[in-house]
Amino acid sequence: MNIDIDGIAKEFGTTTALSPVSLQIPSGALVALLGPSGSGKTTLLRILGGLEFPDRGRVLFDGSDATHLSVQDRRAGFVFQSYALFRHMTVAQNIAYGLQARPRRQRPSAPQIEARVSDLLHMIRLPDIGGRYPSQLSGGQRQRVALARALAIDPRMLLLDEPFGALDAKVRKELRQNLRTIHDDTGLTTVFVTHDQDEAMALADMVVVMSMGRIEQVGHPQEIRAAPSSDFVREFIAV
Amino acid sequence: MSDIALAPRRACTTEARPLRAALIALAFAGLGLLVFAPLALVFGHALSDGWAASVAALRQPDALSAIRLTLLITALTIPLNAGFGIAAAWFVTRFEFRGKALLITLIDLPFSVSPVVAGLCIVLLFGANSAMGGWLVAHDMTVVFALPGILLATVFVTFPFVARELIPVMIEQGRAEEEAALTLGAGGWRVFRTVTLPNIRWALIYGVLLCTARAMGEFGAVAVVSGKIRGQTATMPITIEMLYNEYLSTAAFSMAALLTVFALLTLLVKTLLEIRHSDQLAAMRRH
Repeated sequence: MNIDIDGIAKEFGTTTALSPVSLQIPSGALVALLGPSGSGKTTLLRILGGLEFPDRGRVLFDGSDATHLSVQDRRAGFVFQSYALFRHMTVAQNIAYGLQARPRRQRPSAPQIEARVSDLLHMIRLPDIGGRYPSQLSGGQRQRVALARALAIDPRMLLLDEPFGALDAKVRKELRQNLRTIHDDTGLTTVFVTHDQDEAMALADMVVVMSMGRIEQVGHPQEIRAAPSSDFVREFIAV
Repeated sequence: MSDIALAPRRACTTEARPLRAALIALAFAGLGLLVFAPLALVFGHALSDGWAASVAALRQPDALSAIRLTLLITALTIPLNAGFGIAAAWFVTRFEFRGKALLITLIDLPFSVSPVVAGLCIVLLFGANSAMGGWLVAHDMTVVFALPGILLATVFVTFPFVARELIPVMIEQGRAEEEAALTLGAGGWRVFRTVTLPNIRWALIYGVLLCTARAMGEFGAVAVVSGKIRGQTATMPITIEMLYNEYLSTAAFSMAALLTVFALLTLLVKTLLEIRHSDQLAAMRRH
């Protein structure tokens, strides 16, 4: 699904989170929103997911206006910064949540849900942890479960907020590869937020550098490295 | 037993033995004087004329009416304040708005205002001499010196318990899990039922238990609004006071002992729940 962001602006009280920004994301791209904290990247991601609504501007999914589409109807697979797993449910219950939440007529049968959960657990290469609680998992396992939970609803796009932020360096490298594989296998348009330029450059097809609520530069990692469009970009990617 | 456990412990957090013994003794003495002695005294006095005399005193029609009234008021207060408390905590922790600090202060108001003053306010507002009270009386709805007044006073006094327990828990847990449920397609009610409520369950139970104990024991506000009509608007605490003032010590202490038993029962319920769900509690805390 291609995403068209058309002049989105957002203010929180007197602070401007996003000056009007526009961006075209082609279907199937793996996009990094890169910037320091306060650059508006998370706000933009939340607007795509339907968790915030813009003050001005439009969001188009495959050409049709999705600006006012409710969070439930967006079918965005969202992975939260600290994963936000339901702590009182087992891993299997977490992954099944989105399927259970469907209206009765569209809800798969219990065995179908079970099979889907099992498939997803195999996909994240943690087939035996379905009965555990989130508190019994390592950080990397939690991230993978959060990813499986987001994928369970057959999302139209995948949105990830600092997906590797809380992990140590070794696990981070592994899971980067993991996300790349999942993206390539599913072909889902994927947008992730990061403040780590190394991560953005290594993983994404398209990097969107943001600062102070504005988009500074958009391009392939190599393009941005070769020709930073401003002093800010040059300094930020040099860190 | 391992060797390590047998080795002398010299942790930096450990005090000298005599000091430890003295502190522990002090703690037990305080606990004994402030908690166990009064409890023993209440039950001792209640049973001083024998079991039969106590039971007989509690089976007087006025006593039975007081017990029924207190249980009814408590049973009505709990769902009301659980509902109000959840709504208030939800509102305060999930939305940003002007006057939020003021609202939180208002939630605490019943803790800082004397219950007697609260009772007086209800009498002034709903009494026959006020505009609203006059209208209510004209339409056959008496609030003051009747059950609605007692309920209002009790709900007011016990209002903060549930909200106060929930607010810190809900702030600590944040919105992320609820937002995750929304992105997975769940509607508002489903999110509340399957994510919010299970997460605040324990705080809610503690709040409700505190609210229950206080609702049963409330004296000041109820004394003002109830009019202390024997057999009609006298709750257990008020009956205890009236019996005591009439030198009916066995009857007064029997009622007091029964009220204490009710309070101990709520504690027992809490403890049983904790034992039964200890693994769940541990899992939630580790997260």
